[in-house]
Amino acid sequence: MQISERGFDSRRCLSVYGRTVPLPPRVRTYTQSPVSIRRLVSPFAILALWQAGSIVGLIPARVIASPASIVATAYSLVASGELIPDLLVSLARAAVGLAIGITAGAALALVAGLSRTGEDAIDPPMQMLRAVPLLGLTPLLILWFGISEVPKIMLIALASFFPVYITLFAGIRGVDRKLIEAARVFGLDRWGVIREVILPGSLPAALVGIRQALGIAWLSLVVAEQINADHGIGYLIMNARDFLRTDIIVVGLAVYALLGLGTDAIVRAIERRALRWRPSILKATT
Amino acid sequence: MTASIHVRDLSQTFGENRILAGLDLDVAPGEFIALLGRSGSGKTTLLRLLAGLDEPAYGELDVAQPRTVVFQDPRLLPWKRTWENVVLGIARSGARERATAALAEVALGHRADAWPLTLSGGEAQRAALARALVREPALLLLDEPFASLDALTRMRMHVLVEALWRRHGPAVLLVTHDVDEAILLADRILVLDGGRIALDVPVALSRPRSPAYVGFYDLRRTLLTALGVDVNEGAPVDAFAASI
Repeated sequence: MQISERGFDSRRCLSVYGRTVPLPPRVRTYTQSPVSIRRLVSPFAILALWQAGSIVGLIPARVIASPASIVATAYSLVASGELIPDLLVSLARAAVGLAIGITAGAALALVAGLSRTGEDAIDPPMQMLRAVPLLGLTPLLILWFGISEVPKIMLIALASFFPVYITLFAGIRGVDRKLIEAARVFGLDRWGVIREVILPGSLPAALVGIRQALGIAWLSLVVAEQINADHGIGYLIMNARDFLRTDIIVVGLAVYALLGLGTDAIVRAIERRALRWRPSILKATT
Repeated sequence: MTASIHVRDLSQTFGENRILAGLDLDVAPGEFIALLGRSGSGKTTLLRLLAGLDEPAYGELDVAQPRTVVFQDPRLLPWKRTWENVVLGIARSGARERATAALAEVALGHRADAWPLTLSGGEAQRAALARALVREPALLLLDEPFASLDALTRMRMHVLVEALWRRHGPAVLLVTHDVDEAILLADRILVLDGGRIALDVPVALSRPRSPAYVGFYDLRRTLLTALGVDVNEGAPVDAFAASI
């Protein structure tokens, strides 16, 4: 290594118009592994500790099963055809409940948002009902509808109704008056203003509401399925509890989690497509 | 109807406030009118009545159709591409071609597919101008359309608006608080005060105009005096500073 008299390494210099200029000092960079891999280290460490604890008997299976046995159970539940029918039952409950809740929430928000009379008629009872803790309605729903599918679906529908109603109503009312005025000047009739201005303008809020509805719908599904279900993921979990099968319980919870993540990803994909005019999304995609 | 605007005894009140009080106004087809007035003098109120956005409290109001507006802010729908904004509410067939042609006229043809939120202030305002012109208006209402643009963009917009007015020939009513802008562009300048037209002066300068023209500063002084700005003789720079 040749060190010049000024004390810098000649290999760390740059020649500019015949003059030698030292490069800025090297910044230490993490080039070893991409971020996605580095972020996996600690979860795997926890899994490894958990597995080791289970093997040496520090973590008894009746408290929680080992990761390996959970994976094995998941595989055998799928392979034996036990899991999929229950999964479909749960999925169908959630889908029907969400469809009813989102449709009703959107319909009432449109009526209340687009007319003063509608607002006066619909909004006050909605604001009052909103204060009721929905999961607390479970006993009442069972009294009304028995322990059939109806109270389960009703619970999910009610839970998903309010986020959609509230966000869409606020979204409609929040549409810029100036845009509505401009659309009127350029010849749009009332229906044209609703179609071209009010609905697209309230869509961002509505999608936030739908994402909230999905989150709360899965939560209500878990509660609903613990009331006397004879099918579904909740039934699988409650049944496993009776036999101290913590492995099956964890598999059931994992299925709930995956369902939640999956539906949220779908809505986010819809969001990216429907709101592609937004600068934040434009920046992310270009 | 022969006049582009025919207004008699027009009054508008907001609660206790009487904004317009028995205003008369006639604008001939193809005439370029600038409307000046202090803030709160009712310029925007009058424009909103002419645009059909508000109903007058009292008076006779006839406006040539179609009439279109360019607002102070572009008011483009952010979820529609620029060309779709231009032809908003126009029948689908051939809309794309009409939009492209109108955007080309305001030198924005290359941004036809852009989302409005990605346009610069000047581009968005040009798109708003294209949206107003594509409807072949008999009356074009401009509500301080250059107020929020930077000085250089504003000068380009003056040239563009004058060229488009000459080519399409609508009557134009330009609401502005910029005396120089009014003198540069208008055939006739009105000053609104006390809810009526307080001053109505023709601009006899040949086009294209420049502030260096003889007569520009005389007219300017007349208008500023009518607007209540105390003009110091021979000090146009100070007068300009006072007017803003």
